[in-house]
Amino acid sequence: MKTFKIIVLAKQVPDTRNVGKDAMKADGTVNRAALPAIFNPEDLNALEQALRIKDQFPGSTISILTMGPGRAADIIREGMFRGADDGYLLTDRAFAGSDTLATSYALSRAIAKIKEYDLIVCGRQAIDGDTAQVGPQVAEKLHLPQITYVEEIQQVDAKSITLKRRLENGVEVVKAPIPSVITITGSASPCRSRNARLLMKYKHAKTVTERQNANEDYLSLYSDRPYLNIQELTVNDVVVEASQLGLTGSPTKVKKIDNVVLQAKDARKIEPSDAEINLLMKELIDSHTIG
Amino acid sequence: MNNIFVYCEIEEGKVADVSLELLTKGRSLADELGCKLEAIAIGSNLGGIEKQLYPYGVDVVHVADDKRLAPYTTLPHSSIVVKLFQQEKPQIALMGATTIGRDLGPRVSSALYSGLTADCTSLEIGDHEEKKEEKVYKNLLYQIRPAFGGNIIATIINPEHRPQMATVREGVMKKEIRSASYTGEVKPIDVNSMVAPEDFVVEIIERHIEKKRVNLGVAQIIVAGGYGMGSKENFNQLYELAEVLGGEVAASRAAVDAGFADHERQVGQTGVTVRPKLYIACGISGQIQHRAGMQDSAQIIAINTDPGAPINSIADYVINGNVLEVIPKMIKYYKANSK
Repeated sequence: MKTFKIIVLAKQVPDTRNVGKDAMKADGTVNRAALPAIFNPEDLNALEQALRIKDQFPGSTISILTMGPGRAADIIREGMFRGADDGYLLTDRAFAGSDTLATSYALSRAIAKIKEYDLIVCGRQAIDGDTAQVGPQVAEKLHLPQITYVEEIQQVDAKSITLKRRLENGVEVVKAPIPSVITITGSASPCRSRNARLLMKYKHAKTVTERQNANEDYLSLYSDRPYLNIQELTVNDVVVEASQLGLTGSPTKVKKIDNVVLQAKDARKIEPSDAEINLLMKELIDSHTIG
Repeated sequence: MNNIFVYCEIEEGKVADVSLELLTKGRSLADELGCKLEAIAIGSNLGGIEKQLYPYGVDVVHVADDKRLAPYTTLPHSSIVVKLFQQEKPQIALMGATTIGRDLGPRVSSALYSGLTADCTSLEIGDHEEKKEEKVYKNLLYQIRPAFGGNIIATIINPEHRPQMATVREGVMKKEIRSASYTGEVKPIDVNSMVAPEDFVVEIIERHIEKKRVNLGVAQIIVAGGYGMGSKENFNQLYELAEVLGGEVAASRAAVDAGFADHERQVGQTGVTVRPKLYIACGISGQIQHRAGMQDSAQIIAINTDPGAPINSIADYVINGNVLEVIPKMIKYYKANSK
């Protein structure tokens, strides 16, 4: 039977969805350090869609590819606990400061290095930036078709894939060739939880840097069980033009950052008059709480 | 050359509101920069489409009319836009932050190696000084957008690369006719020279209208109603407020039990726990079971007639009044002032 090689692009992100009062600094701005680092939610939806293909076509493999600092290896392990087979951590100072285009370029070069794949699946967008740009830009860099806003992979065969897209007012079913880049939207099925057997199998999975830092590099464990090696890719492992990396390779620059101030104060009484409600709405608009 | 381009979305022969809003913004930016405003119309059966566009101050309409170009698919539309931009070299290109614009925009920006900022809430013209290189960039597009879950507002610029691309959500910019008699010119696009057969590898099998599932967990703004709303009909006001604010409607258990809303919208101990940026509690007394599901919201507005309602003790703002009179006032002010 046909098997598929699937690459899932994933990102470790600060959990910006639930910024409650405990993640606020005294001045009302968000305390980013207080936010836990998590597997980007829609990338988990993407992983689930990949796992369903693996369920249906045993022998298929799923590789997680992420770009980030060393600690991003956490989400590769998390993916393995849920059914991914291996992972690649693309990590290098040269990638720091990348905008979406420079990120997509680096990822596309890593994918070219991985070489064999039938499908590339990722979340529609990451919750720290909400741009939804990396998926389509990776597709363009690899000269592959892209299908965005996918809610369900309905059918796969050796040559094509049928997908249900979630649009503003309805759904669209499309048939795309293999390989393609597919971005999965948050309304797709949630990802299955960790599997106890896989948790035991992969809990010692580490990158080479993590092994060195833990002084475990000498352990025969890693040569006896090659699946415990999370591959680390640096800029030297992928073929790149340095001018397209990091800050230099990013056409967009951040000119200015304003912190949104969400002040938690004592309850303020507002009279139900036009004037007072207008004032309240104006404050909410000015503080970017709404609008 | 170096004009402002707006990619127009067209469904069933009608230009989408978001595109007309962008043309309105594009016109005022063009006036400020002293350049022309050009529209791109790609689709099928587009005869006369320029009549819908000229009144917004459009000087040139580029029309690609071919039955293979509707409904929208990524590859042919992006091939046309990329080639058109290579020829015309716009300084600014705007698209709707819709499922189409957010699919097309990044593809085009990657092909042209230009910067794209998604979901801008404001667009302004301004200068930028690069101190290290002692370089001053005049008249850049400031692309202003929330990031980090809405906790920061970032101003993004593209100093070196063109076009400066941005997407904007529907309803963020104001739609305003420049002049009913404004007129420009149509420039037909030779479709066959712009698209290749392999651009049509993705095939649309079916399209239909289908209701979205509710996802309260990701909503940044929640408008919640309780038993005090009085009826299912009165909940319509909450839907309207949620829609204009870009939020989602939730309900207390009492309201769900009374049949005012579906269970999937229930917040509280037996429902969903939420922590949005703004929670507007309408006609909710705020029993402990409900508060358990929403008390960590960053800001809470309580609207009800009971000055002693428990919800008031955890609210940042308390409006003592009839919710059915307060909500229309909020909607009215927001609609008039959020542009």
